[in-house]
Amino acid sequence: MTIRLLLTLCFLTSPLCLAGSKIIATGGASNIEGSAGGGIVPWAVINGYGSSGEWAATAFATQVGVDDFTLRVQGASVSYDNNWEWSFARQTFSLDTIGGELRQDVFGVKYHLAGELLYTAMPQLSLGVQYKKHRDFALPQAVGARDNSGVDLYLAASKVLFDQVAGRNLLLNATLRATKANQTGLLGFGNSNNNDYQLVFEGSAALLLNYNLALGVEFKQKPNELAFANEQHWRDIFAAWFVNKHLSLVAGYADLGSIAGLDQQQGYYLSIEGAW
Amino acid sequence: MRFSTMLAIPLLCSLLVSSCSHNTAPSLYQQLGGADGIAAITDGLLREIEQDKRIVHHFADTDIDRFRTLLAEQLCQLSGGPCVYSGGTMQESHTGFNISLADYDALVEGLIKVMQQQQISISAQNQLLALLAPMYKDISYR
Repeated sequence: MTIRLLLTLCFLTSPLCLAGSKIIATGGASNIEGSAGGGIVPWAVINGYGSSGEWAATAFATQVGVDDFTLRVQGASVSYDNNWEWSFARQTFSLDTIGGELRQDVFGVKYHLAGELLYTAMPQLSLGVQYKKHRDFALPQAVGARDNSGVDLYLAASKVLFDQVAGRNLLLNATLRATKANQTGLLGFGNSNNNDYQLVFEGSAALLLNYNLALGVEFKQKPNELAFANEQHWRDIFAAWFVNKHLSLVAGYADLGSIAGLDQQQGYYLSIEGAW
Repeated sequence: MRFSTMLAIPLLCSLLVSSCSHNTAPSLYQQLGGADGIAAITDGLLREIEQDKRIVHHFADTDIDRFRTLLAEQLCQLSGGPCVYSGGTMQESHTGFNISLADYDALVEGLIKVMQQQQISISAQNQLLALLAPMYKDISYR
């Protein structure tokens, strides 16, 4: 609703929508945690199109529908100087067959440490922090989670390699994350026996068919710390359409493995982002 | 059987030879349209710069005719064409301009727009960007 209003405002009043100077698609999409990235992986890129000395803002809505669950996310971010990104995302995870819902807020900060996605041999490197606060902790607590909040720390490296596959550019991303989150925090943080950080790897590859279209795959390693049910790694494939510097759409297919004892959770991924 | 083999071998040979002799892929210079194509890209980019409030001030004191000649030479040489770039190094020619990341992005965006207008293949565009992108470190913040 808010997004639609902002988009309408944007198209009606062009001074409000001066886009930044970054090349189209180089702000990535908004991942489910609100950080610039793919769908499930945060990348080293900074949200929006603000280049050096420029501000940018994004707002997004995402829905992931798998067999027994639906994840809805809404969020926004502000970025400055192509170096700083501040983001917020509110997740609502509907337990469609079990009943009920789990809500979580994610506050993110990302800092671009070194390298330039397009222009340096060194990949763009960014350090990110996500503070996650669960809003419906009774159920995660009942299944063994220790805490209702947690802090994830990640280091991401992203690089666009020119002219790689059939003359197309290839974006590669690797992210190392330290986390205590169970199912990214939707099932709380840690367990009664273990409150240690786990180091997990997340990766993405996307082929840019042209300046506006990308096809990609992602992998997200996950800890498996709750005894009551198995937790598995996540995967997705996606197509992203950067309509212009103000509007992008992502459609994908996600495999979220087993969640809370319900196996083979697979289904669609849809996301819309507005950028200014 | 033997007869067909005897026929097939020279046929195969001649095919291989002819495919070899025609196997030289067009150079990037050719894909950009040769001298005419590069002149069009250069002029298009100059028009983009002229209309781009973000970066046009950097060219306030530039001798545009000289800049046009040097840019065309550079694109020609970079893309494998029969030219020799006669200008200074990228570091020398950008010192004092303090070209920012945003400036560089703006110029690349202008170049992409021009290449799209010239209907240069996405592959050739990316090959040229691959050659120009690394110059960022020599051009920026000097």
